[in-house]
Amino acid sequence: MNTRVEAMVGNLSIYRTNLDKVSLKLKKLKDVNWKETFWSGLRALFLPAIAILIFLTLWSVVASQIQTSLGQLPGPSQVLEQTLILIDEHNEERDKEVAFYERQDKRNAKKLVTNPDAKIKVRSYTGKPTFIDQVGTSVVTVATGFILASLIAIPIGIFCGLSSSVYQALNPLIQTFKPVSPLAWLPIVTMIVSAVYVSDDPVFSKSFVNSAITVMLCCMWPTIINTTVGVNSIDNDLINVGRVLRLNWYTKIIKIVLPSSVPMMFAGLRVSLGIGWMVLIAAEMLAQNPGLGKFVWDEFQNGSSNSLARIMVAVFAIGLIGFLLDRFMLILQRSVSWDKSATIR
Amino acid sequence: MSNGFLNISQVSMEFPTPTGSFKALEKVDLNIDEGEFVSLIGHSGCGKSTVLNIVAGLYEATNGGVLLSDKEVNEPGPDRAVVFQNHSLLPWLSTYQNVELAVKQIFKGKKSKAEMHEWIVHNLKLVHMEHAMDKKPSEISGGMKQRVGIARALAMEPKVLLMDEPFGALDALTRAHMQDTLIEIQADLNNTVIMITHDVDEAVLLSDRIVMMTNGPSATIGEILDIDLPRPRERVTLADDPQYNHLRAEVLKFLYERQHRPEDKVA
Repeated sequence: MNTRVEAMVGNLSIYRTNLDKVSLKLKKLKDVNWKETFWSGLRALFLPAIAILIFLTLWSVVASQIQTSLGQLPGPSQVLEQTLILIDEHNEERDKEVAFYERQDKRNAKKLVTNPDAKIKVRSYTGKPTFIDQVGTSVVTVATGFILASLIAIPIGIFCGLSSSVYQALNPLIQTFKPVSPLAWLPIVTMIVSAVYVSDDPVFSKSFVNSAITVMLCCMWPTIINTTVGVNSIDNDLINVGRVLRLNWYTKIIKIVLPSSVPMMFAGLRVSLGIGWMVLIAAEMLAQNPGLGKFVWDEFQNGSSNSLARIMVAVFAIGLIGFLLDRFMLILQRSVSWDKSATIR
Repeated sequence: MSNGFLNISQVSMEFPTPTGSFKALEKVDLNIDEGEFVSLIGHSGCGKSTVLNIVAGLYEATNGGVLLSDKEVNEPGPDRAVVFQNHSLLPWLSTYQNVELAVKQIFKGKKSKAEMHEWIVHNLKLVHMEHAMDKKPSEISGGMKQRVGIARALAMEPKVLLMDEPFGALDALTRAHMQDTLIEIQADLNNTVIMITHDVDEAVLLSDRIVMMTNGPSATIGEILDIDLPRPRERVTLADDPQYNHLRAEVLKFLYERQHRPEDKVA
């Protein structure tokens, strides 16, 4: 009898501890989790919002105090106004373009009706590139330069990482060319391109080639250096695994060397793209290549009362695009990184 | 003079250093029969790993050489699979893919895709890792990683399995589990094994012979102890076995009386 009661009490207490556990879990779910996520979400939204607000206030106060030869320094509201105007201008230009082609098509159709053998001339629209066109040009140019740079830098980095002789041979060259400013490269690139890239019907305009090559020359170094370090720091045991398996040179590179150095390589690529974007704006400005840099320069030369506000729009656009490019590379870097313990930010 | 399956004869090894060459090994002679489990034991820095690396072909001996089934060893190869001390799994591949890399390389053209798959799964089952085939090395424990490392080595169907302190980095309980698994596999496959270890119990429990090495520099084989304990061996029953304890004591005596630990010598 006694034992049975004891057993029952035992069962009850087990039951109770189970209940306790369940209620504890519920409690945890109720107050800790939700509050935490709510507050951290709120903080993530509010702290930057407060900082931005302070920045905008300071900006407008300071701007109202400064008189330039182009009028008062624009504040946030003028910049916003110019942003909308620039978008409007873009839409207008597009409408004009559509209208131009419609007119041309109609004219040509009419010609054909009166004379089926008439020669049809199709002219392309030659309107002024708008701000948004310039943004597009810049992004395409930086992407081209960056991809070219990566195609050259990654193999060089792999060879430097694999062979200390190659590294010793190339290192002085790499270290010498790395700090060269885009502004120094540009005249040389321009002269070489105009001498070498001669064609009656070029696929790419010369200015585009100039900018892309300048970007390439300036942004391949971080990729080379990081790839070298990544390849060079492969765990020796992994190389030995490859030796025991008698992997041939090519398989070793593909299966062991490349995957193992990919995180470092992408860290380098990310730095490279950042540099490429900065370089591009400077190159476009100096060389009058189409793009955001040219937009800034044109506005500066234009010197209207709106110029400064329009340049500031460009500054924000440059910053935002740079930020987006960096985020894009960050996502790529995270997705290829096998080392999940590393925090990438 | 080939009177064994694996012949290590008159092997000496010198490493060049900035202050002149360092003689790590001096005339190491050892014959190992097919299916024999041999442990190399000795204090740190006595050149055990160097012997193993020479057999693996990862190092080239300065003098002497190694014959495996009457063929000279002069480069690494899958017939002498190595289980490295820190698993050496490729961190970006799953456990399955890690074994697959080896299997694909070795059985290319000899096995069909389905056969390869079966062989990979079979080897993972041998080490009890079939439940974690899609896990990355970072997602499994140290002991599990080492199991996969063993599976990868076994999957190469090596003539000799070389293990470089395979359980050195594991905690005592996990190590015991791994040893049991190894005993189980050994009963099944009867591989020829050379294992480096620091652990006296491990050596006595697993080996047919224990090769005890003198301290470096110029390390060589000090003594060889035959472990004639009957198999299958059970760690719990052996703990009370007088013969087991006697053998254990022999190894301990060699290590701590005849070969002082290097740091003692300095002091």
